[in-house]
Amino acid sequence: MGILQVQDVNKSFGGLKALHNVNLDVEEGAVHAIIGPNGAGKSTLLNCFVGRLKPDTGSVMFDGTSLLGIAPHEINQAGVARVFQTPEIFGDLSLIENVMIPTLAKRDGAYTVNAWGRVDQAAEIRDKAEHILEDVGLAEKREMHANSLSRGDKRRLELAMCLVQEPKLLLLDEPTAGMSRADTNNTIDLLKRIGERGITKIVIEHDMHVVFSLASKISVLAQGTVIAEGAPEDIKGDPRVQEAYLGGAHL
Amino acid sequence: MMSKITPRNDNVMMGLFAVAVLTMPIWLMPIGASYPDLMQKFAIFGIFAIGFNILFGLTGYLSFGHAAFLGVGSYTAVWSFKLLSMNVLPAVVFAVLVAGAFSFLIGFISLRRSGIYFSILTLAFAQMSYNLAYSVLTPITNGETGLQLAKSDPRVVDALFVEAGAGIPSTNFFGIAMSGYGGFYFCAILLIVGFYLSLRITRSPFGMMLKAIKSNQNRMSYTGLNTRPYALTAFVISGMYAGLAGSLLAVTDPLAGAERMQWTASGEVVLMTILGGVGTLIGPVLGAGIIKYFENIFSAFNESILTSIFSFLPDGLQDVVVSVVGLFVGEGWHLTLGLLFMIIVIYLPGGLVEGAQRIRTYATKKREKKSAASHQPQIAE
Ligand SMILES: Nc1ncnc2c1ncn2[C@@H]1O[C@H](COP(=O)(O)OP(=O)(O)O)[C@@H](O)[C@H]1O
Ligand SMILES: [Mg+2]
Repeated sequence: MGILQVQDVNKSFGGLKALHNVNLDVEEGAVHAIIGPNGAGKSTLLNCFVGRLKPDTGSVMFDGTSLLGIAPHEINQAGVARVFQTPEIFGDLSLIENVMIPTLAKRDGAYTVNAWGRVDQAAEIRDKAEHILEDVGLAEKREMHANSLSRGDKRRLELAMCLVQEPKLLLLDEPTAGMSRADTNNTIDLLKRIGERGITKIVIEHDMHVVFSLASKISVLAQGTVIAEGAPEDIKGDPRVQEAYLGGAHL
Repeated sequence: MMSKITPRNDNVMMGLFAVAVLTMPIWLMPIGASYPDLMQKFAIFGIFAIGFNILFGLTGYLSFGHAAFLGVGSYTAVWSFKLLSMNVLPAVVFAVLVAGAFSFLIGFISLRRSGIYFSILTLAFAQMSYNLAYSVLTPITNGETGLQLAKSDPRVVDALFVEAGAGIPSTNFFGIAMSGYGGFYFCAILLIVGFYLSLRITRSPFGMMLKAIKSNQNRMSYTGLNTRPYALTAFVISGMYAGLAGSLLAVTDPLAGAERMQWTASGEVVLMTILGGVGTLIGPVLGAGIIKYFENIFSAFNESILTSIFSFLPDGLQDVVVSVVGLFVGEGWHLTLGLLFMIIVIYLPGGLVEGAQRIRTYATKKREKKSAASHQPQIAE
């Protein structure tokens, strides 16, 4: 039994069926890639996991409890963190603050009024934040405003904000989009390293180099339906996948 | 350039602030503002603006109804004088608590929306309070006349200790009269305390969460933080500051009227905060002081004063000048305020604090250039 179990999830927007009877079983510790053409419903599926959207029907179970009908902050506190397709960061705060906030959220819970302590004296939180910024290669920029970062750096910052929480399940929506080749490779290395920490990951990715270097399992989504699923080698050779998504190219 | 944020630098800033506030009677003398009535207004509206800035400056929620809490503070304080004691301590404490409870209610409902809808909700609640104070709540507010002290008030606590005198007793802090300098120093000390608390909040993990609300509420929720109670806490704290300011208005002049809750009063604290610098520590205090100072000066002018000022002009021209300038002074002072506000928002959206920072960077750049220029010949040697 996987850590995340998705059963018969359906989601429509008006007349558009964005998800159609989607089933997914993500094993603990796995790197589960979801690939598929634009508009296939990949981001929509993740939205159903983090409380941004509620599926019309179906169930999403994480670690034995349902993720449906509970608030986004409760889902995060349960151990699910997400990197969005368009980076969601604290744009007008410094990088170090961006990372300290999730650290505090992890330590102190969803709501704590500590109005007397000093952020600049919170050594334990600060150290943790600095450390993770080093991990993603943003340490020198720690005092910069997050808004002034490049798109690739914003993604890495958001990744740091998720990693610092040591989530059980990490959702990554196109984590290398907008990154240079070198940055993409760094990110692959980073994701491999955190793989060793035993964080389960779901990765949506267009870059097949990234997918095949990381994934232990791949699900292919097209027009809201899972059309193929299996180990990377099987997916590579699957004619349905070739036709629906890859068009025979780049493999 | 900003100096680094450390406890030490903050203590220095705090010390400078305290000294500046307590020595107001000295350094405000040259500009003719060193009398207690005006200085205590600086302090009271400074407190109001500091509290407002905790909500608006940190979380970004723009309330257009904070005067309601100011009014609630005043009414509560006057009732404390009437029922309990002329000692200002219970008056201030009750005012803060009642304003806190009241802002919890209004905040709880208003914070269901954000942006302009939040602002409109707070405005609506404040106008409702204002109208209620004039109508159904007359038994509590004494309607248009305003709530005043009377000789026949029970003052149950005072009655235990002292014989009732001939007239209405005056407000005091354990015997220290709250008129004149006594009142000013009482307000000044509370301003310093209020400033210190806002400094601590700004530097604290809680303050960082409030800034996160302003920056990105989505990210906050997906990060495991429940945004609503954080915003509500900030709302209540700023309501309590407003209640404190309202009670101090009653401490220094023991009456309370509904006009204190009017939307113009809510708008004024917005102006003070923006004029000084939203989200900065010192900005709101500066803004409050400047607006109250100019209000005092500009509203004092009347036509006869203007006529004598411009008496050097030929008759026809004098009339024209007097009638034009007259629009901007006296009752028309709000026109000046509006112009000032427009200029600030357009040219200096960060307020006076940003202006000061710009001047400072400009000056240091110039100095660096100068010293670089004077060093050049040596390098050439
Ligand atoms: N909030 C929404 N409202 C309406 N339509 C949406 C919404 N979110 C996604 N869609 C539509 O659902 C489909 C799937 O979108 P998405 O999940 O973003 O695709 P992917 O991430 O696979 O590229 C698209 O046709 C998109 O336009
Ligand atoms: Mg997408």
